[in-house]
Amino acid sequence: MKLEVSVGRRLGAFSLAAEFAGEGGVTALFGRSGSGKTSVLNAIAGLLCPERGRIALDGEPLFDAAAGIDLPAHRRRVGYVFQEGRLLPHLSVRQNLLYGRHFGGRSGPGELERIVELLGLGALLERRPHDLSGGEKQRVAIGRALLSEPRLLLMDEPLAALDAPRKSEILYYVERMRDELGVPIIYVSHSLEEVVRLADTLVVMSEGRVLESGPVGETMARMELRPYLGRFEGGAVIEARVAEHDLEMGLARLEFPGGTLYAPDVDALVGERLRVRVRARDVSLALERPAAISMLNVLAGTVAAIGEASGASVDVQVDIGGTALIARVTRKSAALLGLAPGVPVYALVKSVAIDRHSVGYA
Amino acid sequence: MPLTPAELEILGLSVKVAIASVLVSLPLALGLAFLLARSDFPGKILLDGFVHLPLVLPPVVIGYLLLVAFGRNGPIGAFLAEHFGIVFAFRWTGAALASAVMGLPLAVRAMRQSVEAVDRRLEDAAATLGAPPLAVFATVTLPLVMPGVVNGMLLAFARSLGEFGATITFVSSIQGETQTLPLAIYGLTQVPGGDAQAMRLCVLAIVLSLTALVISELLLRRARRRAQGT
Repeated sequence: MKLEVSVGRRLGAFSLAAEFAGEGGVTALFGRSGSGKTSVLNAIAGLLCPERGRIALDGEPLFDAAAGIDLPAHRRRVGYVFQEGRLLPHLSVRQNLLYGRHFGGRSGPGELERIVELLGLGALLERRPHDLSGGEKQRVAIGRALLSEPRLLLMDEPLAALDAPRKSEILYYVERMRDELGVPIIYVSHSLEEVVRLADTLVVMSEGRVLESGPVGETMARMELRPYLGRFEGGAVIEARVAEHDLEMGLARLEFPGGTLYAPDVDALVGERLRVRVRARDVSLALERPAAISMLNVLAGTVAAIGEASGASVDVQVDIGGTALIARVTRKSAALLGLAPGVPVYALVKSVAIDRHSVGYA
Repeated sequence: MPLTPAELEILGLSVKVAIASVLVSLPLALGLAFLLARSDFPGKILLDGFVHLPLVLPPVVIGYLLLVAFGRNGPIGAFLAEHFGIVFAFRWTGAALASAVMGLPLAVRAMRQSVEAVDRRLEDAAATLGAPPLAVFATVTLPLVMPGVVNGMLLAFARSLGEFGATITFVSSIQGETQTLPLAIYGLTQVPGGDAQAMRLCVLAIVLSLTALVISELLLRRARRRAQGT
């Protein structure tokens, strides 16, 4: 799958001018509310007509202002899972799931059973949307979109209206869907947890513009994007491989180019690849290798860049043998240690800071 | 109290006129409801006002205008009689037409409210599932608008049962042809000794209206349940 998006449109005082490409897998559109993420999805789905630009899927234009092409929504074969589900209230769950089949969804007879099994919908089929919980509605909405045989699936903050347990339940199903069906997904979110867990490609949006797009690890490590990725939750994403499980201690040893990382509660087999988000605020820096310390992760590297100060703190990008890590320290510490590009440092990460919300299974 | 043949005839005629008027006004009312709810065009306020005129004008005005336009010598009436053989003047069809015009604003109002209440995002969702516009209308919009359609039709039906002024002006009160319940009651009150018979028809009118209201409530509940999936 290859998706090219380049759209422009004025919407009142807001102006959308977004450009990015998606390569299959999960592409996350990340940004604060009001940054234009949903408008981009609507443009791809054909629910919002841009004034200029071009949208193409595998080379076939869905929209091309210059060529006067604007394929109507029902002929794009782009599935859409909306934030609020949007199940048809007058139809049963089964009828909702099969709705797309009447219109050229070419799913075979076993397809319904497969999706029902994948999303755990078996007990819901004869119920009405009115009687479903928020999480169940969202699962049905996902199933309904999948059964319309989309070439591309758009998901607009499908977890936003759910509580925490439901969120992880749906995340699990989205992961299964990504791994078992191989449908390319554009996933809109303002949660880094979801991005790290699901996405291969990250597109960062702000005020209707795409600031940066690229592989999640690289993009998350970009210093100039730090203000847009969330001060609290933000941090570098490390692509690692499970090297060993210490079952007695409940720890996993993860290897990445440049070092090893110990993390608890890792739910993956030895040899599997992971994405680990290390929050900048969980990383400390030292000039000498500390001894007799509880932190298990002591990573040798050099300061690569110092970000712009904000308030009392500053972000420091550390290069650990080719992998970027970001540490958030006080300006005072940075000055005391004399941190500057090129200075050798040790990055210290508490293992318990890497919780299951920080780990994504690639 | 068994009904006399004359009373049965009046009852049957009233129901026939009411049903015909509802069926005639249904497509027009639904079209107007969608037009007023979903599109913006110059003169929309005027059209809206025009649709509501029968609600505020004296019924006799409507009846007289119908007589002028649809009478045998009226421009529309003459045309329809000549080309299609449809005659309204002094026929039960005229009574149905008068009722349809009088009931139209009620039907349009109920249906329009219902159209405005439809969540258009559901129509978008159906489109992303591959449904072309006509299919979206048939499988999403119409089912969701159904409670309003039912409600509008029932209001128009009830309005027709009570229609008096426009009918008597347009098609007069001809026994067996245009004399519906209200017209018959009025006629009986105008002749000496008609009181007892008028009272019987009044009771009949009450029973008929009450039945219509109960059925309408049941239908409406069912339509709402279906549309909301509860």
